[in-house]
Amino acid sequence: MSIALATHELVKNFGGLRATDHVSLTIHTGARHALIGPNGAGKTTLINLLTGVLTPSQGTIMLEGTNITRLSQHARVQRGLVRTFQINQLFADMSPLQSLCLAVSERHQQGRDWWHVAGSNKSFVDEAEDILTRFGLSDVMMQQTRFLPYGKQRLLEIALAIACKPRVLLLDEPAAGVPEEERHEIIDILADLPKDVTVVLIEHDMDLVFSFADRISVLVNGALLTEGGVDEIARDPQVRAVYLGESGHE
Amino acid sequence: MSMTASTHDMMLEQARWRWSESLFWILSVLVLFVFPSKALLFSQIAIMGLFALSLDLILGYGGIVSLGHAAFFGVGAYAAGLMAKHGLGDPLLGLAVAACVAACIGWLTSFLLLRGSDLTRLMVTLGIALMLFELANRMASITGGADGLQGMMVGPVLGLFSFDLFGKTAYLYSLAVLFVLFLLSRKIVHSTFGLSLRAVKGNILRAGAIGISASSRLVAIYTLSAAIAGIAGALSAQTTQLVSLDVLDFHRSADVMLVLVIGGVGWLYGGIIGAIMFTLMQDWLAGITPQYWEFWIGLVLVCLVLVGHDRIKTGFQSITARVSGKGGAA
Repeated sequence: MSIALATHELVKNFGGLRATDHVSLTIHTGARHALIGPNGAGKTTLINLLTGVLTPSQGTIMLEGTNITRLSQHARVQRGLVRTFQINQLFADMSPLQSLCLAVSERHQQGRDWWHVAGSNKSFVDEAEDILTRFGLSDVMMQQTRFLPYGKQRLLEIALAIACKPRVLLLDEPAAGVPEEERHEIIDILADLPKDVTVVLIEHDMDLVFSFADRISVLVNGALLTEGGVDEIARDPQVRAVYLGESGHE
Repeated sequence: MSMTASTHDMMLEQARWRWSESLFWILSVLVLFVFPSKALLFSQIAIMGLFALSLDLILGYGGIVSLGHAAFFGVGAYAAGLMAKHGLGDPLLGLAVAACVAACIGWLTSFLLLRGSDLTRLMVTLGIALMLFELANRMASITGGADGLQGMMVGPVLGLFSFDLFGKTAYLYSLAVLFVLFLLSRKIVHSTFGLSLRAVKGNILRAGAIGISASSRLVAIYTLSAAIAGIAGALSAQTTQLVSLDVLDFHRSADVMLVLVIGGVGWLYGGIIGAIMFTLMQDWLAGITPQYWEFWIGLVLVCLVLVGHDRIKTGFQSITARVSGKGGAA
């Protein structure tokens, strides 16, 4: 099985604090890999390192066999490493359709086109509309994003990543803040992701992790505690002690 | 299929040319024939409008605040002025050279603006303009220093239209340049590139996460904005046949910011409408109260900011919509 994403001895220091402590991860192509850990375990730092928002103090990151440690954020996206955010990061003044059209155009290297009106390439608009329909957002696609209900914004957060055609998709708590009765929409979307897309799920919600993931890595204090199949992790006494035994999900 | 076609059309709708825009530009020509004695004032407005338009490209669309935009205006004015002084008096050649020189300085300094907060950017742009001002002051042998540049000889536009004393040629020339650069800017802000600028301005973190290189987009728009500001400066030099240190002065950077805020940021007509209001108000108030006109400008500014543009703009839009008998004008 080929390796989609791998880190080797990744370290990130913030002054005296070591937020990421020699993390070596291997994620296989097509995997549904969950990254769990209590609050402050360094999950978000790790995702920021993987996507290029932060530069590691030490170590390397490989995407499909290429060293991407020094690549910029946008260059990684163009190679297919795409993320979503734990807190919605959307274009509040733009409509979902505009946002997705832009993402699709950028993927086709047409983002610098200053001559044609945005949306004049019909195939891009069609593709954007297609994704919006799949995400149940077609009825609100012309509205300004800032006025969408939270649940819709959460879906748009993922739709925007999908428009970048990820080969490796990093989902940072995709269901965060979504009320119980709307969660199934997110879960259905995740279940429908193409099988050849590698998904890394950073999650707090253990039900979601156990239903979605086939492999789990546990992060504690910035370091990898253990890694294994779902059952293995569920039984692991160490994991139960540091994570499952903790007071709650928040 | 029809559903898809309409989505596509809706995307294009926003960039459609409106009848009110045609009206605006036709009026801008007609006004010269109604008030021929005010041609010099109108040409000042057109130049200020162009300068404000250039600031809007970076502020309204790129999200870069600048308190030193006069740097590019001044550099363009000196470039065109020096050419006219040294026998290269063709106006369009002067504009082209001014645009190139201003663009070069814009490009070089744009890299200083990629990191940091709004405050950092304010200070960096202000600092660059101050340095250029002092350079021009120091290099008096070239720039004429505090006395200004003497002996400009500006040729006729396209070899046909000489500048007249009443400013008729000056206005039509400035207006034509403003119109062409307005069309170019309009094209750009409605393009995919323009959309990506809005994305960078709106959420730079996410822009990066969908594969946009924010830095390169900001460098591009800053360079373009500098070029247009340079052209505005060149127009000013050519139509007044005068360049003094004033073109690089801080008050010019502040004025253009005022103009843009008065007219509305992030709306290409905002700079032009602001320039009309600002210059007419300045002209009128200076006639009534030569020493204290800035007080009234200040009062208008405070009122405008407190009342908010949106209300004025919505009012304007509902009027044009009513006149045209259908919704969504201007």
